[in-house]
Amino acid sequence: MMPTPTLEPAAPIDGEKSPSFWQDARHRLWQNKLALFGLIVVTALSLVCFLAPLLCAHVIGFSYEEQSLALGPVPPNRVHWLGTDPLGRDLLARLLYGGRISLMLGLCATAVSLVIGVTYGAVSGFVGGKTDMVLMRMVDILYALPFTIFVVLLTVFFGQNIILLFVAIGAVQWLTMARIVRGQVMAIKQQEFIEAARALGLRRRRILFRHIIPNLLGPIIVYATLTVPEVMLLEAFLSFLGLGVQAPHSSWGVLIKEGAEVMEEYPWLLTYPAAAMALTLFSLNFLGDGLRDALDVHASKD
Amino acid sequence: MLRFVARRFLETVPVLLIIATVTFFMMHLAPGGPFDLEKQPSKEIKARMEAHYGLDKPLWQQYLLQMKHLLVGDLGPSSKYPSRSVNEIIADAFPVSLELGCEAMAVALFLGLLAGMLAALKQNTFLDHAPMSLAMLGLCVPTFVMGPLLISAFALHLDWCNAAGWYFARDRVLPALTLGAYYAAYIARLARGGLLEVLRQDFIRTAQAKGAGQERILFRHALRGGMLPVVSFLGPAIAGLLTGSFVVETIFGIPGLGRFFVTAAFNRDYCMIMGSVLFYAAFVIGMNLVVDIVLVWLNPKLRFE
Amino acid sequence: MPLLTVNKLRTSFHTRAGVVRAVQDVSFQIERGETLGIVGESGSGKSVTCYSIMGLLPQPPGRIEGGQAIFDGVDLLALSHRELNKYRGLRISMIFQDPMTSLNPYLRIEQQLIEPLLIHEKMDRAAARRRAVEMLADVGITDPVHRLRMYPHEFSGGMRQRVMIAMALITKPDLLIADEPTTALDVTVQAQILDLMKKMRQELGMAILLISHDLGVVSGLCDRVMVMYAGRVMESARTPELFYETKHPYTRALQKSIPALQVKGQELYTIAGAPPDLLRPVPGCPFAPRCGYVVDYCAREEVAPLEVAPAHCTACLRVQKEKLLL
Repeated sequence: MMPTPTLEPAAPIDGEKSPSFWQDARHRLWQNKLALFGLIVVTALSLVCFLAPLLCAHVIGFSYEEQSLALGPVPPNRVHWLGTDPLGRDLLARLLYGGRISLMLGLCATAVSLVIGVTYGAVSGFVGGKTDMVLMRMVDILYALPFTIFVVLLTVFFGQNIILLFVAIGAVQWLTMARIVRGQVMAIKQQEFIEAARALGLRRRRILFRHIIPNLLGPIIVYATLTVPEVMLLEAFLSFLGLGVQAPHSSWGVLIKEGAEVMEEYPWLLTYPAAAMALTLFSLNFLGDGLRDALDVHASKD
Repeated sequence: MLRFVARRFLETVPVLLIIATVTFFMMHLAPGGPFDLEKQPSKEIKARMEAHYGLDKPLWQQYLLQMKHLLVGDLGPSSKYPSRSVNEIIADAFPVSLELGCEAMAVALFLGLLAGMLAALKQNTFLDHAPMSLAMLGLCVPTFVMGPLLISAFALHLDWCNAAGWYFARDRVLPALTLGAYYAAYIARLARGGLLEVLRQDFIRTAQAKGAGQERILFRHALRGGMLPVVSFLGPAIAGLLTGSFVVETIFGIPGLGRFFVTAAFNRDYCMIMGSVLFYAAFVIGMNLVVDIVLVWLNPKLRFE
Repeated sequence: MPLLTVNKLRTSFHTRAGVVRAVQDVSFQIERGETLGIVGESGSGKSVTCYSIMGLLPQPPGRIEGGQAIFDGVDLLALSHRELNKYRGLRISMIFQDPMTSLNPYLRIEQQLIEPLLIHEKMDRAAARRRAVEMLADVGITDPVHRLRMYPHEFSGGMRQRVMIAMALITKPDLLIADEPTTALDVTVQAQILDLMKKMRQELGMAILLISHDLGVVSGLCDRVMVMYAGRVMESARTPELFYETKHPYTRALQKSIPALQVKGQELYTIAGAPPDLLRPVPGCPFAPRCGYVVDYCAREEVAPLEVAPAHCTACLRVQKEKLLL
């Protein structure tokens, strides 16, 4: 049967306190198996990756840059759990270190895009009028710029300073965020409780921070979760161009690129990095989708 | 309607002008120039080369000169491929990218809409989860992994087609699949979301009360509204697809536009950069206009505003 | 034989908080050409009753747990969706509360209006259009030929409800289910729509199942009235008897809360308390906690509607047992 609008199923209105929005959202997120899976995987992977130096020293027993040309590429075995690359470097160690960089870059760039996008969108939507028109026109123009060319130009600007590069990418990625936030602000601004706050004589700044920004948290959290995988894909793309992290450091993008080049001879060099990355992106996306369902104010309660 | 289109066309001119200006100063401020690369030419030759391309003049003169050329549609010479103008390069490579892009788009639309509609109709069943998991996979696997995997499976092991090249009809299959997969995944998710949103509306209940069957409800009542998010996405998506993909073109050895886009920036081929940026921007703006027209056509409420 | 016999219908919603028993053992009948009103506050299960009969319940979370809805000898609840579609829109039509959202904003009025004819009578477009023009004129829309080309957003709320009525009646159904057809409309428009429904009933002779929370609306249009509370039937009787020989304290309380009937200048009468939480089983009479006539056994003993006068049922234990006069 096709889904139809939910009828009011006799909402219980007796004395019981109804759960707050955030409690409700958390409950819905907990109910969502895929989102929960995503959350657990992301947390676990981040933990393992950030503990990479410790793990490499004490559990794996190899560092990410330790070469052994004599050994060469060997498939996964008892000593090298995920095998080694053509330079005889332990893949697991490289995978962990690479993940550290990939995840950090994802978070970094997302944070930058978040700060710019939210500020820009909120100001545009809140001030409205001519300012809004000009600001949004600028976003339209920036949307029309070919992303690849600009990222390449930016790498030229910032050289191989990887952190700066990703600040730059974050600075390009904020467009969608700004649009979402602006739309949300416009919608909230017209709602009655803002009218009420204004009628109470609250100052604009106070209305913005106390009433509008908290209502934006939902979409912002969701979109941020979905931006991280996007940035990580971008990192992979840049690695493909040879603009990514430089040796001896590595990232998942670099590992995948190197693996793809030798996939016929040494398939494990592609399989594991690609799987790690896909798993992370999968988890982040599932988490983002779950958060969207859980936080969406429009979604029906059950 | 006609006035709307005309106004949008006129708006395009200043927008392209701004984009050209931004691009111009950005690439000239970036360190290095077209003749500073790998094998350094002697100072004298370099100076003569720069004089030939007008790079010895003050920046503001270069700017005015380039703008003058751009206004008449002359994108200028390529410094990397000295014998050809940027116009010629684009004219040569674009048809290839156009063909590949169209084929990839067809793949994306067919697979994406099919999966999205199926998932929306069978929400929370296997027929929802299976295509949506596949779509998620499509979003998470980078193109440069997807490409080699497809080559390995279909060209090397099954030997159904060539690993690379752009000569026969069957050479088109793998690149189109590789390029289309990501977009198919995106479209599937958008279509599902849009359809579910519409299927929740009151007027769907009205249609059910009239005795309309599932097919009628889907195609007659829900599809129009449900496609709005997909259509909005198609604007930038088509622009991106048709102007070429560097990764796919590199992997499959396709002589398309995407390569020039990326290598231009590497080579500081100023005119090529400018040409690519403007070509792409014009494409995006044009596609967005088409999308807006389609949106208005789909949604009668907008027609009166 | 009655046109529609609903027998011990039970519907519930399975939510994460638990099972909401929205409709419990509701039974009623509608004769051909008769108008039955169902009255109750929101959450009393009146709408859910109709959605269950029409197969429009969102499933999940809704579920029909038991009962029958015999329409012209066929149990609608036992039909597949395909079979049910032969009834919906042809012999049973429905109009909804909010005419603003019940029409498809993407389709012209004509396309929506003639849809029942195309689905059920396989009529060709030209003939269907002629019928649509007639029907629009019939529901009081001027310049129908021109109006057919328009979209819903070009119509006012009252006009849209007229269109909904025209669409529901275009196949000359035996039964029209009207779910709060005037609630979302302005007061002046409400009266017009009610008059229109009276007129159409006279012309086409269909039975009407009218759902409302407004006793005034129901009294003006219905032959019989059924009062629902907390998913159960409290009282049912012919309209005059329900108003003048009320046999349930809840009905009495509802009547007393009509603002227009109260003494000016005094505080408005309201029923103290709130309806019971349907997530939990309600022992005894669900109205007992709010009832002014409550005695000790009301909250203990199970109660079902019982005929206490000709064609007059009540679910009040004290009326049933003690012949309590209200």
